[in-house]
Amino acid sequence: MLKDITLGQYFPGKSPIHLLDPRTKLIMLVVYIVALFIASGWVSYALMLVFLAAVIKISTIPFKSILRGMKPLVMILVFTGILNIFFTAGETVWLKLGFITITKEGVIRAVFMMARILMLVSGTFLMTYTTSPIALTDGLESLMNPLKKIKVPVHELSMMMCIALRFIPTLIEETDKIMSAQKARGADFESGSIIDRAKALIPILVPLFISAFRRADELATAMECRCYQGGDGRTKMKILRYHRWDFYAFGVGALLVAAVVTLTSFGL
Amino acid sequence: MEPILQVKNLNHLYSAGTPFEHKALEEVSFSVNRGEFIGIIGHTGSGKSTLMQHLNGLLKPTSGDILLDGKSIWADKASTRQARFRVGLVFQYPEYQLFEETVYKDIAFGPKNMKLSAEEVDRRVREAAGFVGLTEKQLEVSPFDLSGGQKRRVAIAGVIAMEPEVLILDEPTAGLDPVGREGILKNIEDYRKAKNATIMMVSHSMEDVARLTDRLLVMNHSRLAFDGTPAEVFTHAEELVEMGLSIPQVTQVFLHLRKMGVKVENVYTIEQAIAELKRIRGGDVHA
Repeated sequence: MLKDITLGQYFPGKSPIHLLDPRTKLIMLVVYIVALFIASGWVSYALMLVFLAAVIKISTIPFKSILRGMKPLVMILVFTGILNIFFTAGETVWLKLGFITITKEGVIRAVFMMARILMLVSGTFLMTYTTSPIALTDGLESLMNPLKKIKVPVHELSMMMCIALRFIPTLIEETDKIMSAQKARGADFESGSIIDRAKALIPILVPLFISAFRRADELATAMECRCYQGGDGRTKMKILRYHRWDFYAFGVGALLVAAVVTLTSFGL
Repeated sequence: MEPILQVKNLNHLYSAGTPFEHKALEEVSFSVNRGEFIGIIGHTGSGKSTLMQHLNGLLKPTSGDILLDGKSIWADKASTRQARFRVGLVFQYPEYQLFEETVYKDIAFGPKNMKLSAEEVDRRVREAAGFVGLTEKQLEVSPFDLSGGQKRRVAIAGVIAMEPEVLILDEPTAGLDPVGREGILKNIEDYRKAKNATIMMVSHSMEDVARLTDRLLVMNHSRLAFDGTPAEVFTHAEELVEMGLSIPQVTQVFLHLRKMGVKVENVYTIEQAIAELKRIRGGDVHA
């Protein structure tokens, strides 16, 4: 059950999207999100949807996997939808039931908000699905490099992120193992009051923390054995370089923003 | 005598219905008698661990059934819970599951979950500690201050304290030094004798299983490949090697001797080897 968490899971592949420079993908994600927030009419939303669908198609990531990642969002979506439907003031009243009024504007706004959340999240998922965690942190480090001038420990931050991502599956596996072991000793995680259930977590959390610290210790020793001393003077095996496809991607990004801005200024 | 544990046509699929689906167990059937010492051997990924987790109801079979004293452990919720206590399972590296402030409290975790009286919990903790050779003084220290081998004993005591009729251990001696290994194996044997308990032990040491067990189950590619006494199983030397397993070193030596024309019987333990050598040499051998 814990294995169902797909957050940040990488699907290896060789599609043009996979092969883009991670920096390009990060910048494009920002551009895409900005465009998404500028878009306000049916036509501009449709354009964003077409763009998203095209990228998903090119990436060869199965649509099902993206849908599966949406599952935890259902509650947020429903909540957003309801809030917007009931609490948006408008002129065209469609339904009036006591103190509840549903207006045309409210429904339209709810649809737009839900579409925006869905598209935002699928765009982000698409990036983590097509970019390995290492490439992603490399890209982030390279993009944040100018911040070194104001003494931000960029390399250390990206190394921490890289290690954290790397250990998510390990810790999930460990949690599963410890849970089974405690269940074998009669631990019960499924019944009882909230306080009972919270207490039942102690036999899992204590061993989990201990093993996380042990792993951290071992990793630190292993890194020091290989003379790790932070980012200074460190060279890279895979040097990031922009290629032809990256420039095409930037072109498409610029066009997308331009199109959305134009459409919005016409109120479409 | 009715077998204490019966496994019938057990099948288990992981991630059923997804592209990651794979068979972990296929048509596994066997039965276990009270007081037996059973060794389970098999290559990594052959389904040993999955099989073990079925025997106390941690995993639910995709199809097939497990009977404890003739009653399915999946008959109702109470039976499943009973199976957890009557079939004790010690995982690999069990010391990583310790969590309490003192050794005493950690061993008491299982019996307390059984909702026993305070006196009964106390009796069981002290008895279990005795089986694995922990002193009164050690009961009051933090388990995290103990050595690796002692932590392992505490973890095993935590399961023994539930007084399971079937005790299943996954490589209980992995990563221990020779003295620690012998100690733990002796503790297990002591528990079996004292309680007439059934022991099922996963091991990669052919020497250990040949010496200790009455019966061997050999897992290969999710199936039960062999089920018999060590003597019977080790006659299939070639098949075992093909499965990525082996036979005890002393058995290999004696097989070789036979090929060279020396008239010796097959042996599986050092003791048998000494006896056999004495027989053919006329009592003139020193161990």
